[in-house]
Amino acid sequence: MAQRNIIPFGPQHPVLPEPIHLDLVTEDETVVEAIPSIGFVHRGLEKLVEKKDYQEFVYVAERICGICSFMHGMTYCQAVEEIMGLDVPPRALYLRTVWAELSRIHSHLMWLGLAADAFGFESLFMNCWRHREGVLDIIEATTGGRVIFGSCKIGGVRRDIDDGTMKGIVKKLETMASEIRRSTDVFLNDYSVQHRLKGVGVIDGEEAHRLGTVGPVLRASGIAMDARKIGYAAYRDLKFEPVIEKDGDCYSRCRVRVREVFQSIELIAQAAQKIPPGETEIRVTGAPEGEYFSRVEQPRGEVIYYVKADGTKNLKRFRVRTPTFANLPAMVKMLKGAGLADVPNIILTIDPCISCVER
Amino acid sequence: MTEEQAIIEVGKDTLLGRVADFHFQGYRLVQICCTPLEDAIEVNYSFDLNYSFTNLRLSVKPGEEIQSISIIYWSAFVYENEMRELFGLNIKNIVVDYQGHFYRTAMPTPFVTPGPVESPADGE
Repeated sequence: MAQRNIIPFGPQHPVLPEPIHLDLVTEDETVVEAIPSIGFVHRGLEKLVEKKDYQEFVYVAERICGICSFMHGMTYCQAVEEIMGLDVPPRALYLRTVWAELSRIHSHLMWLGLAADAFGFESLFMNCWRHREGVLDIIEATTGGRVIFGSCKIGGVRRDIDDGTMKGIVKKLETMASEIRRSTDVFLNDYSVQHRLKGVGVIDGEEAHRLGTVGPVLRASGIAMDARKIGYAAYRDLKFEPVIEKDGDCYSRCRVRVREVFQSIELIAQAAQKIPPGETEIRVTGAPEGEYFSRVEQPRGEVIYYVKADGTKNLKRFRVRTPTFANLPAMVKMLKGAGLADVPNIILTIDPCISCVER
Repeated sequence: MTEEQAIIEVGKDTLLGRVADFHFQGYRLVQICCTPLEDAIEVNYSFDLNYSFTNLRLSVKPGEEIQSISIIYWSAFVYENEMRELFGLNIKNIVVDYQGHFYRTAMPTPFVTPGPVESPADGE
């Protein structure tokens, strides 16, 4: 019988600059068990809701994550708006959709860059992040921020995008799409990338669904589940189908993210065409009373915000279930039986965001 | 309202039966969360099937023991380890039991609402 060893992975690791720790129990070069532990940088933001005004708390929600910050703010606003029965102006819903899809593009491009860096493709890494800079420039021009947008508020949005700027954004993204495709073709066609990712970290559709997996990890296993189909924001008016792949391996998860970049560009073009004129916010008075589970499809998958309010300006309970947390059971399953050299790739293709988990 | 969300109250004796029923129908376990109330902890088990969102709600008294649903939904172990370590919930038979080592916390069960702080007696 092979000797068992425990190899610590993280909380600091070259391919994962996020504080999660895994005890990898190995027999020779094979992982037989992965034991995760988290909580290294837990911030207690859920508890903070008891002391902050519910309208000011949007700023805190946005700071849960530096990558999908806008979507955190939007999910929180949606939860409170549902409890208060607010009718958010349609134009604001479209603007939220545009900023959410820009967030998805920049998140996926960032992930592609990190993946390239992990393979040792430094030039590809720089190209992906160069494309991402273009998206961040659009975000900065329309919101004033590159990381924290600060544009979402309860009852609407703080900023508008005029029609000329919107057309310019669509045109810029169309130009960028052909440049991005040159980089993503490397991910999809390069021998080395395929060699490292194909058939690695496989999880089939039935198991992925049973494990409560979400986002690109679930869709790469052939399950067409995308929270945008619920129809929040302007998604009910836009035509799209969830991007799915069949093989459920690291390569499929990479393919899903690549295809979603172009899907998001297409969704922004649709939103720009259909965005109605009108107000971008409504006046909000009073305090919420009730509860709601708000669901949004972040770049990493479905996020859940549970908000419970008792009619005062401070909320009773605020709970965030992040997509990374939902994907932890799948990660534990995928690592079991994997080769030690494949562990970084498996973890990377889940695109874990421990910053979100440590809310 | 963007989506209708059903909330079904359950007792701890009927919890596993209802969860098994959801599993049989093909529901996905979306999340489990706790809300501390004055005299109990409210646990919400959320499920989804074809974008239809349903919650089972269980009220647990302090010290009361509840059964793990991880024998039905294996992935529940992460939520149940979290609830036990952050809220001090007494959950039995979790299939992957990290024995209190899932979260690295500076103090045990930090999310339990603390009782009133007693002032030290004079002269102490």
